[in-house]
Amino acid sequence: MDAGEESSVEKDDGRDAGRDGPGDLRDPWHDALATGWGEPDGVGTPAPKSPAVPVPEGDRSATDIYLQVQASAAFQEVRRRYRRFVIPGVAVFFTWYVAYVVTATSAPGLMARPVTGAVNVAMLAGLGQFVTTFLLTWAYARHARLRRDRAALDLRWAVFEQERERELKQGASGDR
Amino acid sequence: MTGEHQTPALVLFGVFVAVTLAITTYVSRNRRGSAEEFYAGGRLFSPMENGFAIAGDYMSAASFLGISGLIALYGYDGLLYSVGFLVAWLVVLFLVAELVRNCGRFTLADVVAARMRERPVRIAAGTSSVTVSVLYLVAQMVGAGSLVALLLGETGEAAQAWTVVGVGLLMVVYVSLGGMRATTWIQIVKAVLLMGGAVALTVLVLMRFQGDFNHLLRTAADRSGHGSAFLAPGLKYGGDWTARLDFISLGLALVLGTAGLPHILSRFYTVPTARAARRSVVWSIGLIGGFYLMTIVLGFGAAAIVGADAVRGSNAAGNTAVPLLALDLGGGADSTGGTVLFAVVAAIAFATILAVVAGITLASSASVAHDLYASLRRRAEPRSEVAVARVAAVGIGVVAIGLGLLAKDLNVAFLVGLAFAVAASANLPVLLYSLFWRRFTTRGAVWSVYGGLLPALVLVVLSPVVSGSPDALFPGADFQYFPLDNPGLVSIPLGFLAGWLGTVTSADRADEGKHAETEVRSLTGAGAV
Repeated sequence: MDAGEESSVEKDDGRDAGRDGPGDLRDPWHDALATGWGEPDGVGTPAPKSPAVPVPEGDRSATDIYLQVQASAAFQEVRRRYRRFVIPGVAVFFTWYVAYVVTATSAPGLMARPVTGAVNVAMLAGLGQFVTTFLLTWAYARHARLRRDRAALDLRWAVFEQERERELKQGASGDR
Repeated sequence: MTGEHQTPALVLFGVFVAVTLAITTYVSRNRRGSAEEFYAGGRLFSPMENGFAIAGDYMSAASFLGISGLIALYGYDGLLYSVGFLVAWLVVLFLVAELVRNCGRFTLADVVAARMRERPVRIAAGTSSVTVSVLYLVAQMVGAGSLVALLLGETGEAAQAWTVVGVGLLMVVYVSLGGMRATTWIQIVKAVLLMGGAVALTVLVLMRFQGDFNHLLRTAADRSGHGSAFLAPGLKYGGDWTARLDFISLGLALVLGTAGLPHILSRFYTVPTARAARRSVVWSIGLIGGFYLMTIVLGFGAAAIVGADAVRGSNAAGNTAVPLLALDLGGGADSTGGTVLFAVVAAIAFATILAVVAGITLASSASVAHDLYASLRRRAEPRSEVAVARVAAVGIGVVAIGLGLLAKDLNVAFLVGLAFAVAASANLPVLLYSLFWRRFTTRGAVWSVYGGLLPALVLVVLSPVVSGSPDALFPGADFQYFPLDNPGLVSIPLGFLAGWLGTVTSADRADEGKHAETEVRSLTGAGAV
C-alpha cells in the first residue's frame, strides 16, 4: 500500500476506516519496502472495497449481518490471504523445528560435524532456528500490514455501520 | 557465597519490592474497580509496553538462571531447550494473538464460549486454565524458594519456606490491589532490568574474549572436560531412547504450549486492537529472541570463565552459573565490583520471579472469577465479579504457597515442562478448533479440553517422576506404567483427537451463524471490545 501521512496513532485503529484515504497502517519503526518475498501476487493491490458487502434489506438479526459479511467477496479475500500465508508458514516452521529436535536427539553424530573453527552443524542449525523465527516474524507482520489490515478495517467498519443501522431500526433497543 | 554478598543483594531486593509496591499504589489510585480495568488494565497499553510486559511475563528465572546453567553444565543441550521457548512464539503470532484479541474479552474461555453453549465450555476451559496456572505457579514458587535461599547463602529449610511465603504474599498484594495495570508495569520494569543485566554481562563476557566467539566456544569446550562433544547435542538428552523420546516430548510441549498459557493469552487483551496485539508479539519476539541469544553467550561464558566444576559445586542443577559468572566478571569474590554485580544479578532474578508469579496469579484469578464463578453462579454483577477475582487471587496465593512448600523438592524444569504440556494438550486444541473449524461443536470443545487435561495428568501420575525411580516423589512405591517424564508426546495428540471425536459424534450440528460471527470477528475485529 502507499504511505499515508506520518500520523499512525495506535489507539485510533478503526476510526478512520470509513474514510476514503487509507489510515496509515505502517509501523513507524518498520521499513516498508515496496517489494519483497511473501507477496506473490503483487504488492499494494488493494483488497476489494467494502461495497462488496451486500446492502442490507429489511429486518435482520446480528447473525444475518455476520453470515452476509462472511459470504461477501471482500471477507473471503481477507480470509484467503490470511490462510495462504499462515498455513504454509506454520507447516514450514513446525517441520523445521521438529526436524531439528529429532535430528539433535537421534543423530548427534551428524550434528557434531565441524564446519569452521569451533562452529559445528548443531550450532549453525540452532542459530538457524533463531534466524528463521526472526525472518518469519518480519514476513508475517509485513504481509498482515500490507495485505490484510486495510481490508479488515473496511470490513470492521461495514459490520459496525450495518449493526448501527439495525439498532436504529429497532428503536435503539440493542440486544447486543 | 558468603555473608558479605548478602547485604547488597538484600538492599536491592528491598528497593525492588518498595518500587513495585509504589507502582501498585500509584497506578491503582482513583481507579474504578471495573472488570475492564482489573483484568485488562483498561486495554490502553501501547504495543511496545505490552511487548515488554509479555517478555517480562514469559522469561522466568528458569530462563535466566536455568537455561544458562544448563548450557554451562551440558553445553549444546541447554541451547536446544531455549530454541523451543522461542519458536513457540511463531505459533502465538500466526494462529493465536490477533484472533484471540478480536474474539475474546478477558480469558481463553471467552473465545471458545462465543460459539458454544456457554456453561459447560466455560467450566471446562476455566478448569484447565486454572490447572495450568497453578502448575506453573508452583514451579515458580519452588524455584523462588531454592533460588533466593541459594543466592543469599542460606540453604536452610526455614529460609526457603519463608521465601515462598514472602513471594506469595507480595504477588497477592500486587494482583488484588493493582490488577492488570500494576502487574503490567511490574513486568515492564522487570523486563527492562533483565534485558539490561543480560546485555551488561554479555558485553563483559565478550570483552573478556576480545569479541572472539570462536575462542569463547573453544575455551568452554576445553574447560568442560568433554572437548568438542560439549558443543554438540547429547550430553544431557542423549542417553537411551527413553531419554531421547522424553526430550522430543518436551520439545513438542514447549513449542505448542506457549499459545495455551492463560497468562500469555490475557496479555493480548491489554492493547486496543488486534494490530496492536500483533505488534506486541513482534516486540516480544525481538526481546525474547535477543535474550535467549545472550543466554547462550552467558552459558558458554560461565563454562569458560567459571568452569563447569565450580558451577556444579555450587548448585547441582547449574542455577548459580550466572551469579558466579557475575562475581568473576566484576573482579572476583573479594572485590567490590564482584559483590555489586553479584547482588545486581540476584536482585534481577528475584524481580523476575515476582513479575512472573504476579502475571500468573492475575490470569488464574480471572479464570476463577470470570469463567468458573460466573458460570456456576449465574447473574453475577460485573462489580461483584472483580471482588470475586480479588478474593480468588488471595485464595490462589494461599494454594500456591501451600503447594510450593509441599513440592519444594520437585525439579523446577520438570514442573515448567509439565505446565507447558498441559497447556498444549488441554488449551491449544480447543482454541484452534474454535477459531478454524466450522463444524466444531460444544461436545467437541468439552471433550477436547478434558481429553487433553486428564491424560496429561494421569500420565504424570504413572510416570517415573511420581514412583518407581530413586528420584521419584514416592520412591518407595511403584505404579510407574508410563516411561516418559513429560506426557506431551501422547497427551497433545489425544487432546486434538478427543476434540475431533466429540465433534463427529455430536447429535447437534454446529451453529453456522455463530461460526460466521467468530470467523468474521476474528479476522476483521468487528465488534471487538
